[in-house]
Amino acid sequence: MIEGQLLPELNEFTEPFHEFASRGELRIQKCESCGVLRMPPRPMCPACGSTSFVWQLMSGRGRVWSYVVAHPPLLPAYAELAPYVVAIVELEEDPLIRLCGNLVFDSTGPINEVQASDVTIAQEVTAVFPPADDGFVLPAWQITGATQPT
Amino acid sequence: MKDQTAVAGIGSTDFAKSLEPSERDLALEAISAAVDDAGLHPSEVDGMACYSMEATEEVDIARNMGFGDVTWFSKVPYGGGAGCGVVGQAAMAVAAGQCSVAVAWRSRKRGARSSRPWAGVSDRVSGDQQMWTRPYGLLRPVDEIAMLTRRYMHSYGATRDHLANVALAARRHANNNPAAVMADRTMTREDYMDSRMISEPLCLFDNCLETDGACAVVITSADRARTLRNPTVLIHAWAQSLPSQHQTMTNFFCEDPLRGPAWSCAKKLWSLSDAGPADVDVAQLYDAFSPLVLLSLEGYGFCERGDAGEFTDDGGIEVGGRLPVNTSGGGMSEAYLHGFNLITEAVKQVRGESTNQVEDVEFSLCTSGEGVPTGAILFRGER
Repeated sequence: MIEGQLLPELNEFTEPFHEFASRGELRIQKCESCGVLRMPPRPMCPACGSTSFVWQLMSGRGRVWSYVVAHPPLLPAYAELAPYVVAIVELEEDPLIRLCGNLVFDSTGPINEVQASDVTIAQEVTAVFPPADDGFVLPAWQITGATQPT
Repeated sequence: MKDQTAVAGIGSTDFAKSLEPSERDLALEAISAAVDDAGLHPSEVDGMACYSMEATEEVDIARNMGFGDVTWFSKVPYGGGAGCGVVGQAAMAVAAGQCSVAVAWRSRKRGARSSRPWAGVSDRVSGDQQMWTRPYGLLRPVDEIAMLTRRYMHSYGATRDHLANVALAARRHANNNPAAVMADRTMTREDYMDSRMISEPLCLFDNCLETDGACAVVITSADRARTLRNPTVLIHAWAQSLPSQHQTMTNFFCEDPLRGPAWSCAKKLWSLSDAGPADVDVAQLYDAFSPLVLLSLEGYGFCERGDAGEFTDDGGIEVGGRLPVNTSGGGMSEAYLHGFNLITEAVKQVRGESTNQVEDVEFSLCTSGEGVPTGAILFRGER
């Protein structure tokens, strides 16, 4: 947990997502009617119009779709950690479900422990759930495996 | 409404890192200049269009300007994506008879660090655009576009040299435009390569300027414009687009994030036009960040997908090249006014008044923000 970190406003979608994360689960919203996964979570399924949904447990396995290395000027809390890598990860279950997150070597690592030279597009990663003082858990992505061709 | 409306006047304030007057006062100066340029009286203005983001209030503008009874007013959302929609909607209101003389404007003070939208945000972020990315340190527009850029470079083999081509073309054009903030500041490829990284793969010179200033245009019917003092600049075609499953700026969640709003906007634009990409003589492509120019070159059909980098090689987007782009210096080297100075430059090119004038311009394209719901206008000169 970063001192001064931005956190999402809590609502009917962010609260369960991060609550599941605090239990070590990556869950993605799934339409109860047609079964399509959607991210970011929202009230209505764009495929069928249903407002019924469940939170589907994911394997947590994914691949790096893209990444940046952020340098200042940044908000103070983040500037202290710069440069750091932020990635978009596509999930194994459905590559069209993508999540943003930081890359780490283990779940307690700081967001700047992975260097740009450690990352490639299509690298395999696994969701981990860093402990947070105030219980608000943001999933991170542990570098686990080799790079697969895209 | 093809060719039924025209831009009859344009106006601008000075552009600078810091200007004394308020956004409202800058707006008044630019609108006065545009109405004057059209040879009209402010009391003849009965339509108003502006951006919804950080708006200068219509009633303030109308009361100060001495407008008559305004019978149509509207705002367009999505920041830099708004510009061409603002002008296009005003033209549509004129064509529909809701008003007869409309002004569209953008006034913005962004030179000061404290004025930037990502500065001093609260520690709780809201909205899908921010909630799923900002906590992880993807804080700024440049980070959001850098994410797309890395993927684009990976997918198509584009390089930093291609991004440099965009920045250098803008700077060379600005060096020949006395109104440009960067008029006197030259840039070499080495300067670009040596500049500090902001969000890798993007460096300082992949970013637009942050400036103060305002621009305005006056829109009226083509028939009325023909009776006024300036060469007639027809609004030949225009379009807006908010593509299916698009999310503004953090557009990472749709099927093909590199196929941005430019593509669907272009499809509509060309369907409404007598012209196609090959007929365009000069283009002002929204350039908050250099990669947006590459994505727009592809989206609007000036080259095949993935070929935009190469298209910019060998002066391809400079005056005298395949397609002169951002001939005033654009957002990267003239001024960043959410793209509105691109609109005035597109009009100048048709009037033959650019400081980097392209010869014999008939079709002059202007586009608004790529990466956000967008718009585009194809201006046409009368032959």
